[in-house]
Amino acid sequence: MNNKKYWQNFGDLTQSERFQEDSKKEFKEELLPLEDLDSKGLLDAKTPRRDFLKYLGFSTAAAALAASCEMPVRKAVPYLHRPDDLIPGVPNYYASTYVNAGDAISVVVKQRDGRPIKIEGNELSTITKGGTSAQAQASVLDLYDPTRLRHPLQKSGSDFKEVTSFDAFDKMVGDAIASVAGKPLVLLTSTINSPSTLDIITAFLAKYPGSRHVQYDAVSYSGMLLANEACYGKRSLPVYQFDKAKTIVSLGADFLGTWLNPVEFSRQYADTKRIIGEKPELSRHIQFESMISMTGSNADDRFVHKPSDTGAIALALLAKVGGAVTAPAIADAKLSKGIDLAASALNASKGSGLVVCSSNDVNIQIIVNAINEAIGAGGNTINWAATTNSRKGIDADMVKLVADINNGSIGGLLVYDCNPVFTYTDGKKLGEAIAKLPLSVSFNLTMDETTEQCKYILPSNHWLESWGDAEPRSGYISVIQPLINPLFKTRPFQTSLLKWSTSATATVAAKDSTGKAVAVVAPGVPHDVYETYHKNYWLSKLGSTDSWDKALQDGVVEPSTPAVSAASYNASNVSAAASKIVSKAGAIEVVLYQKVSIGTGAQANNPWLQELPDPVTKVTWDNYAMLSPDLAKKLIGIDVAHNQREADAYEVHPEKPVLKITLNNKTIELPALIMPGMQNATIAIAVGYGRASISNTDREANLDRIGRAAYGAGKNAYPLVSFDGSTFIYNAVATVEKTGDTYPLAQTQVHGFTEGRPIVYETNLASFIANPEALLEEPNEERKKLVPTGKTDYIRDATIYPNYAKPGIKWGMSIDLNTCTGCSACVVACTAENNVSVVGKTQVQRAHEMHWLRIDRYFVGDLENPDVLFQPMLCQHCDNAPCENVCPVAATNHSSEGLNQMIYNRCIGTRYCANNCPYKVRRFNWLDFTGSDSFPNNQEPIRNVDLDEAVFQMNDDLARMVLNPDVTVRSRGVMEKCSFCVQRLQDSKLEAKKQQDPTLVRNVKTACMQACPTNAISFGNVNDKDSDVYKIRNVEQTNRNFYVIEQLHTLPNVSYLAKIRNTDRKVETDEETQEEKLQHQKSES
Amino acid sequence: MAQDGAALFKANCANCHKPDKDYTGPALKGVRAGEPSPDWVYKWIENPAGMISTDPHAKTLFAKFGPTVMTAFPQLKKEEIDAILKYADDYVPEGAGGAKAPGAATEEAGGDNSLLFGILTLVLAVIAFVLLQVNSNLRKLTDEKDGILRGEPVPFYRNKTYLMLAVLVLFTLAGYFLVNSAIGLGRQKGYQPEQPIYYSHKVHAGVNQISCLYCHGGAQDSKQASIPSVNQCMNCHMAIKEYTGEPIIKEDGKEVNGTAEIQKLYSYAGWNPDKKQYNPDNNHDGIPDGARPIEWVKIHNLPDHVYFNHSQHVKVGKQQCQTCHGNIQEMPEVHQFAELSMGWCINCHRETKVDFYNKETGEGNKFYSIYEKFHNDLKNHKMDSVTVESIGGTECQKCHY
Repeated sequence: MNNKKYWQNFGDLTQSERFQEDSKKEFKEELLPLEDLDSKGLLDAKTPRRDFLKYLGFSTAAAALAASCEMPVRKAVPYLHRPDDLIPGVPNYYASTYVNAGDAISVVVKQRDGRPIKIEGNELSTITKGGTSAQAQASVLDLYDPTRLRHPLQKSGSDFKEVTSFDAFDKMVGDAIASVAGKPLVLLTSTINSPSTLDIITAFLAKYPGSRHVQYDAVSYSGMLLANEACYGKRSLPVYQFDKAKTIVSLGADFLGTWLNPVEFSRQYADTKRIIGEKPELSRHIQFESMISMTGSNADDRFVHKPSDTGAIALALLAKVGGAVTAPAIADAKLSKGIDLAASALNASKGSGLVVCSSNDVNIQIIVNAINEAIGAGGNTINWAATTNSRKGIDADMVKLVADINNGSIGGLLVYDCNPVFTYTDGKKLGEAIAKLPLSVSFNLTMDETTEQCKYILPSNHWLESWGDAEPRSGYISVIQPLINPLFKTRPFQTSLLKWSTSATATVAAKDSTGKAVAVVAPGVPHDVYETYHKNYWLSKLGSTDSWDKALQDGVVEPSTPAVSAASYNASNVSAAASKIVSKAGAIEVVLYQKVSIGTGAQANNPWLQELPDPVTKVTWDNYAMLSPDLAKKLIGIDVAHNQREADAYEVHPEKPVLKITLNNKTIELPALIMPGMQNATIAIAVGYGRASISNTDREANLDRIGRAAYGAGKNAYPLVSFDGSTFIYNAVATVEKTGDTYPLAQTQVHGFTEGRPIVYETNLASFIANPEALLEEPNEERKKLVPTGKTDYIRDATIYPNYAKPGIKWGMSIDLNTCTGCSACVVACTAENNVSVVGKTQVQRAHEMHWLRIDRYFVGDLENPDVLFQPMLCQHCDNAPCENVCPVAATNHSSEGLNQMIYNRCIGTRYCANNCPYKVRRFNWLDFTGSDSFPNNQEPIRNVDLDEAVFQMNDDLARMVLNPDVTVRSRGVMEKCSFCVQRLQDSKLEAKKQQDPTLVRNVKTACMQACPTNAISFGNVNDKDSDVYKIRNVEQTNRNFYVIEQLHTLPNVSYLAKIRNTDRKVETDEETQEEKLQHQKSES
Repeated sequence: MAQDGAALFKANCANCHKPDKDYTGPALKGVRAGEPSPDWVYKWIENPAGMISTDPHAKTLFAKFGPTVMTAFPQLKKEEIDAILKYADDYVPEGAGGAKAPGAATEEAGGDNSLLFGILTLVLAVIAFVLLQVNSNLRKLTDEKDGILRGEPVPFYRNKTYLMLAVLVLFTLAGYFLVNSAIGLGRQKGYQPEQPIYYSHKVHAGVNQISCLYCHGGAQDSKQASIPSVNQCMNCHMAIKEYTGEPIIKEDGKEVNGTAEIQKLYSYAGWNPDKKQYNPDNNHDGIPDGARPIEWVKIHNLPDHVYFNHSQHVKVGKQQCQTCHGNIQEMPEVHQFAELSMGWCINCHRETKVDFYNKETGEGNKFYSIYEKFHNDLKNHKMDSVTVESIGGTECQKCHY
């Protein structure tokens, strides 16, 4: 029996009064102003009659107006000269690479009528294998960001003026460079992993002796780089192979969400979590962390510790796996048990264990290297034959640069693809110093905090407008090709460097694969344009036009047989490092982290990412101070776990008490978010929020420059970072006090209630192997009960409704809860594919978010360290759908292919369907979020009242270019929901009919499925016995396959595969929950 | 063989050649006679561009019909070329006007009848009214005769029953017209706007027999049939400078100067017909100076919430363009032929049979082999044919998403 309690928040846990009350209501708010009718009665009401007449009059007039009899004259403007490879209405796909500050993900971009509108993973890349992240999915919207700079600029007083031509700009900067001769130029960039760009930078530096290139990562990996230099003599990061690991121990590293290359790691990790065969082998994932991260939520066993204990844990682990160090005593009994567990698991899987650690402390990373050497990870799970090139920044270099800028010893600063004024710990001071430099040039795309302080601005192209290349792993090239002409008067950063460092006729030297210098440009060819340079560069490297064309088509150039090897290890630093690890413990400690959606904040002005709920906290649009219920009791005096009234008071309203947190002599005020699973003395704060100009406090200016989505979202936590003399440190001892203020947080859970119904099933690996049928015994028994005596078929007989045939295709989806990590790439993919509206923080607070697909997060068990389950929840396309029966106008009905169809033009907005949906997946357009109503300017009156600025950003003509023309943009007053990407299904059927090949509809890809980095989602025609979904449901995974609340006989077309945890703990339980004990006691007495 | 030749000619050559007169390319009738050798034509068709530079005869042709070079047709076999040329040689021009496409005439027949019924109803109503009046007078008389006293009868225009009836009739009529005109809102059957160029489909598709898909190629590949781009017009109109056909008469009786309309096209294309070349690109925007796209007025408009895919209907459904667009080859300027209402779509989906797969003969679209149930039903004679509706063609989300 699975009577374990899965809870979404504290009210759900304690079954508080308000929670039970709310769970009975489908819609949060009261309906104004006709609500008076209910209580007072129609005759007694004072205003409703008038209001009623007003509404009646208005709607009649409005209907007449909207349906005005004049038909507009529409124009059809064909091309003047149609490009050969473009058929209007047919999308083209091109391989390219999503790049963002060192990250590189091979992608395939969908281009429709010349506009890139959707990003998919490139399956030919052996690194990501077609996976994407939420940020990669969302980056197509960055192309159409209204804050992008539209032409070169030059500082003029406190403002900027346009520079009319690139030539004029080149001359101006050329003169400025000449005038600072003698003082060094510094090129400050994010990590560059493009080989051709690195060559251009080398040539540029050679032209200006004394100049240097500093790579700076907003969130630093210096500790690892330096530790690897100490241990392996290489200042680089190895290639991690989670797919080869049987035991994974992570010390705070959120490797599925934000650490290094999460897409690559998610793919590998999922491979070790797939249930194959009768005796599946799963990896064992043990997480030690201070806060509750997405990766920690997926761990088989999770232990919490103070941030300052990371070193001690690493030492203890090293000691237990055979290292010659003395480990400090661990006071916490649970934690020391955890260390024992991790050590024994690692010892049991020598050669196939892997330890990763997020600490930026060099000494701790040296210890982690020692552990990995002790367990034989090198050459197995850690591959040194190639390096990971996504992070190269060395903190000391940056600190030295800042000192140089501050004391004026450098001549000029050229900034590309990084925003140190925002991300550097003392950014404000740095910004002011940059403003005083004689020469400062920014190549950033928007007027961000750093760009605003520069004298000259030459915006570079967005990656979707660029040629380029990336080498995320050494030897693995991913090519960037442009999908659209530059939207604005922008120029690639590389072209600028070429123009400023070479003369147009000289030949540029590059090295071929053997290291020999070769001329890459034929004499006479202009090569101070990056496009030409780049093409010639690769032509010479790849040898022929054919291989270059193939590289462009595939998007990747990879070695055919990947080499795997260990590196020679130098253990001499270990004891010194061990002695240097000192624990700076305090009563309360703060740890800084990145949110899965926003990351470092580079894409902070992306409304899709801002509105993406954090996988664990489910908060949108803000950062906050995360703390445990215990600490909350101490600091704010709210006992959410035991006092129902206090839990309600805290949870029901979005307003949360604000804490004033002081550390490293810096102060930040943030709303408190009480999360189970937090360590009891730790507060976690996300970086990447709080984007705002340092020199301009005017709101309008900030909205225009920083962006309508980014400005006003959260507070900047980067100033809380400290420098320990060698690296940046992201945790510290803090003092905290309650301010008495409140601040609203828009949290999406709980906006739907499970009403105590069993939603998910899980067990541990040993029980599953021993008795696989026991896992789903309960729902199976329930089903049997519903079948009338003498009948056998649950689907046909357990209902009074007739059973309709699905003669051709029946679409079905299967979601594996074992491999779903909650990363939310699918949510953004769905938003992009289906034109899902952004509603803004104000509306999320009112439970009006529009996401068709959400990821529900459930806690189970111990409040201090609960297990977490993620469950993607979307329209289940029930064959016996409760929503369909209650629609008075049949606007939602069923298709013969098993789709629950939602017809917007028929919907009159009664919302009965949403009320009757047990899965709570229907979304109502409460307001005109898209500006698609017939009435002009009807959004303006509610601007900043109901509609946030971010909504207006999405309605900008530029941002609207991202809309998918095959999907209707919904207007106010209609219901919407997941359509199973019906436009893709229709398209696949059309293709199958054109080619007369029914196998083309066997496995169709929905947007969520295609985006998923772990292949957790399968989709296809269930009527086809060769389809993946049919096989999963009926052959391969019969013991894990369940439908959510199928006891209601809704007959969903989405099935789930139960979660199997590889742990010794008992996951499913026979014990009575607290609540049931109480109920029993009551009924007995 | 002659049949073959006609089909091949239409599919491959008709866009640029006519059998009996010079067009974009030379007339094909007797074309072999002027060629240097009987085999010359095979080489030419395989690679026209290559021959222009070397072959003297090809040079002459290019001087006459250039600057457009003939498209190469390497896929045509010698026999096929022979068939095409035989077709051209045997060609006898038909009498004026082709076979009239069916379905155009039987339209406005209901109007007269309904008027007749209306008058009839009115006459009957008047008779009924008179009879009722007579009846009431007679009753009054009998009452008087029998000595029953009754009040003075109310005049008919104050009779509540009559008034009620009149109101009901008026309400019904008003409602009927209101609903009908509301349904008609946004529908544009017969819409025939003036276009920037008087483009005659009759001249192109009718008289000159250019295949619809030559210009509207999107109809078989894409959801949009797509209006051809200017460069596509210029493929032929580089050579065809003037209109020499039958006079084109507008609806208002005025004659259209076809040559002047071609001049308009040249202006849009940035083409200089005297120099036979495009204008230079002096302002460096990548297109000839003065060239600009043509802003046609869109005739067939569907609401935004409707998804319509041309290739679905043309390629898979094998529908003729005329089914929805009317006898386009006879329209000088295009008007909207069909109602494009949902009822109109649905009716067609209910009646049209799909190219269902026949498992025994292997005929039909193999995609439909997965419809197991229908195969059984057809076998057991439970159904006689599979319509678009049977495979879900009338379900909402086939067109609305």
